[in-house]
Amino acid sequence: MRALIAVLSGALFGAGLHISGMTDTAKVRGFLDFAGSWDPTLAFVMGGAMLPMIVAWRLTTNRKPVTGDAFPPPPSAELSRPLIVGSLLFGVGWGLVGLCPGPALASLSYGGWQGVLFLAAMLAGMWAVPPIRRALDSRRAAA
Amino acid sequence: MPVDWIWGLVGGLMIGTAAAVFLLGTGRIMGASGIVGGLIDGSGTDKSTTIAFLVGLVGMPALLTLGGWQVSTNATPVPWLLIAGGLCVGIGTRFANGCTSGHGVCGMSRLSVRGFAATIAYIGAGAVTVTFLRVGMGL
Repeated sequence: MRALIAVLSGALFGAGLHISGMTDTAKVRGFLDFAGSWDPTLAFVMGGAMLPMIVAWRLTTNRKPVTGDAFPPPPSAELSRPLIVGSLLFGVGWGLVGLCPGPALASLSYGGWQGVLFLAAMLAGMWAVPPIRRALDSRRAAA
Repeated sequence: MPVDWIWGLVGGLMIGTAAAVFLLGTGRIMGASGIVGGLIDGSGTDKSTTIAFLVGLVGMPALLTLGGWQVSTNATPVPWLLIAGGLCVGIGTRFANGCTSGHGVCGMSRLSVRGFAATIAYIGAGAVTVTFLRVGMGL
């Protein structure tokens, strides 16, 4: 049941990314090009995606998920350094190529060698984060 | 480009519905970087759910392409851009604990301060990067 829900959700996410144009790096980089010929499509995608989620979050109060134990706890309001620095770094990579993690996966079957190379680098970066974190922590502890 | 934004809105509603199904069905936040990152670094505990989600995410666009709905990624052919971009996205999203889907779609829809802050930061950094590449390097 839980796996079925997950595969359906993944398929709907993939279809939405595919038909919205968000696997097209020209449209994504066009959105980020505020000083050039701006392409507003991403704003419609983000706005459209938030609507069902606004309803979904309301449905989570005093309920349990269909499978699993509990809904995520309320969000923290802590604006930590990893959140901001990480998001800035993510934005630089997003601007360089025009792919973020969802579309990089959704376009795997047709993105060619460019998509595979980007995805491999992205996964390598993700894999490297726990050791980088440990190194930063131990340096801070030593200082 | 009136057609583009209509497809954007329709696709966006599908993405949001997918996130709602995932949240209400499994109790998890549908964030692409968290889902794949947890699998890559071994921190994820709910492996079968994660793999099923990824099968759908990669498989459905493949089926649409086979069915004749073809789109192009138009990605740059410059290898160093692809490698640098991938590394920045991978490292950045894991440090920030979320990306466009997690902080953007799922975070901002519950008025999360962290979701808004992350989204402002990655759109701002992305805009500066795109402008710098176009104006400064002609890319």
